[in-house]
Amino acid sequence: MPSIEIWLAGAMMAGLTLYVLLGGADFGGGVWDLLASGPRKSAQRELIAEAIGPIWEANHVWLILVIVLLFTCFPSAFAAISTALHIPLVLVLMGIVLRGSAFTFRTYDDGADEVQRRWGRLFSITSLITPVLLGVVVGAISSGRIQSKDGVVTTGFVHSWLTPFSFAVGFFALALFAFLAAVYLTVEAQDDALREDFRRRALVTAVLVGVLALVVFLFSAQGAPEIRRGLSASFWAWPLQIATALAAISAIGCLWRRKFQLARLAAAAQVALILWGWAAAMFPHLVVPDLTLQNAAAPEVTLRLVLLALLAGSLLLFPSFYYLFRVFKGSGATNAGSH
Amino acid sequence: MDNLLAARSQMAMSLAFHILFAAAGIAMPLLMVIAEWLAQRTGEHTYLLVAKRWAKGTAILFAVGAVSGTVLSFELGLLWPEFMKFAGPIIGMPFSLEGFAFFTEAIFLGIYLYGWNRVSPRKHLAAGVIVALSGAASAVFVVIANAWMNTPTGFSFYAGKVTNVDPIAAMLNPSALGQTVHMLLAAYAATGFAVAGIHAYQLLRDRQNLFHRRALAIALAVGGVTAFLQPLSGDLLGQVLAKNQPVKLAAMEGQFKTERGAPLRIGGWPDETAKETRYALEIPYGLSLIAFHDPRATVRGLESFPRDEWPPVAVVHIAFQLMVAAGMAMMLIAFWAGWQTWRKNALPDSPGFLRAVLWASPLGFVAIETGWTVTEVGRQPWIIQGLMRTADAVTPMPGLVVPFASFTVLYCLLGVAVVWLLKRQVAASPRIYATSETSALTNKEAGYAFD
Repeated sequence: MPSIEIWLAGAMMAGLTLYVLLGGADFGGGVWDLLASGPRKSAQRELIAEAIGPIWEANHVWLILVIVLLFTCFPSAFAAISTALHIPLVLVLMGIVLRGSAFTFRTYDDGADEVQRRWGRLFSITSLITPVLLGVVVGAISSGRIQSKDGVVTTGFVHSWLTPFSFAVGFFALALFAFLAAVYLTVEAQDDALREDFRRRALVTAVLVGVLALVVFLFSAQGAPEIRRGLSASFWAWPLQIATALAAISAIGCLWRRKFQLARLAAAAQVALILWGWAAAMFPHLVVPDLTLQNAAAPEVTLRLVLLALLAGSLLLFPSFYYLFRVFKGSGATNAGSH
Repeated sequence: MDNLLAARSQMAMSLAFHILFAAAGIAMPLLMVIAEWLAQRTGEHTYLLVAKRWAKGTAILFAVGAVSGTVLSFELGLLWPEFMKFAGPIIGMPFSLEGFAFFTEAIFLGIYLYGWNRVSPRKHLAAGVIVALSGAASAVFVVIANAWMNTPTGFSFYAGKVTNVDPIAAMLNPSALGQTVHMLLAAYAATGFAVAGIHAYQLLRDRQNLFHRRALAIALAVGGVTAFLQPLSGDLLGQVLAKNQPVKLAAMEGQFKTERGAPLRIGGWPDETAKETRYALEIPYGLSLIAFHDPRATVRGLESFPRDEWPPVAVVHIAFQLMVAAGMAMMLIAFWAGWQTWRKNALPDSPGFLRAVLWASPLGFVAIETGWTVTEVGRQPWIIQGLMRTADAVTPMPGLVVPFASFTVLYCLLGVAVVWLLKRQVAASPRIYATSETSALTNKEAGYAFD
């Protein structure tokens, strides 16, 4: 029976996975809005807006849940991360604020004019920048460059994240989000030409994801030696690498053969496996090298109560989420937007 | 600007901005649900048009509220890491529960806003009810965490170590009930009055427009009833303060000396160096009566506390006076509306009344901002009353004036954009002069896909 810290870390990872698979794809949607091109430029943008409109706010809450779990269950890790990574986190927040507001303002602006186009541009540019910075944060906590002594961060405010490795992770995250979005949009597109547009985009990004994965791996020798060791030398490393590779190949194969539903499944599996591989390599660290699940944990009574709340909350949450997605993404969902 | 002041300013600015949208996010769903319920009950489609207009406004306000709330959850650590290290395990519980309430709210708001054509009217209304309830629940959980900062319970603290953590006891801290009820009522009252003001303004120019008449009636009913209930929760909170945070109460009232049968001061200017409040209208025994329900009770003055534990007295006192004045004015208008409606069986629509409603429309939000100033500034110099000073909680990150300035500029621009968008929405509101004009509309035309 794993300890309670591990259950909670697992819950946080589940939240993070859902955030990446759902919220990440919403960011990816913004990227494709920015890169919309060709004869169906505005149709592409409309499809993206319709796809993320009803769900992006709910998807965004996964990030808040992860943060709340982090500060409740592992408060000293939260304190260290938000001290050492103050700068990229502030930039992430500005990106989140601008992306969300601009998207909503564009949707609810009645006049179709220059102002509305400007909201659209702001939405898409911030959708491009924010994932990079999120990736930078993940890179930095894996790097071993955030060190603390007696609970005080000693490695400054820039040293840990202004590195080639962190930015490689940042661009990798961006590619993954864009890839997910393109694959999902092939399923959501109603007409074939539009579907082909996103199929091409998905295939190109799939290759880009592979290239960037390699770049991250190369930089990790210097940038995150601990993670690299985990990902190459552990007993679970090879089965996991193979599973991830198989998922990636099936995603490409399904896209190629136009099995879009299956491609969506494979792409989601691929991204989830990448995340869980990272988590396994991090284990038992929350911030490499000083903060672990054990030494950063809150008192046991808090952990127990939060776990209980998570279980009770899930009973409420998952049916609600299922209903939301059935209403808007289910097979019976029509395209009649009303606003 | 020193780092502590920059951090405090950034937190204050972020909260002051977020609370406008959070309050609207709590109360707008209630207004929408009432309008939609009336539409389904009376079959008058004007109400449905009102609900749909309000839904568009809510979508804008909710989105800004959601993202500015995200900023706050990170800012707890970005600005106050020492506080979070201490308090996270103790008050993380209400934040976790708030997470689920917020999830529910976001999910069903998505269904409400985008689902007019996709779910049946009954399910649509139910989604609205869930949004209203979970919005209120979110507010309750967040305010509970703040109440704990005022009256921390649920742990032992000895020799720099926290032991015996009891998150449930922390949630049930003495200020929790009073603060949550006060905030919820404030959200409904402020939003009700703000919305009423918008429709009153339109009615002044277009008196017979049923769309605005229906909207005004609902908004004033919600705002008026809650404005009337608010003093009760204020009284509850006053007693909690008198018992648990006497120094905050003393600052609110400008009470420097410990006094038996202390007077209630209206207005006035507290002078911290002279240790007296000048130019105030004093009602004898008033404060003792209000704080302890006993005209002869002794009220502790600021002088009985060490000088370095005083909050900034003038700020707290004046903010409190403004809050009470705004609340009183709202009650007056609520009384006017209620009295006239009772006598004539119709909401008054004289230009004088509409103008009064228009002028009163920002008062609820003035009361919210000044009320939070009282709560937060009144707790200084503590971040956790009596336990941790704000100065000891702040991040070592240098140059905090930069994020403070950046977020201020960002929020100012967002504020301008929101006002501009809402103006465009209001300008596009429908003109309806007879119920027959809309009752002829089918459900489909008015927005539902199902008849």
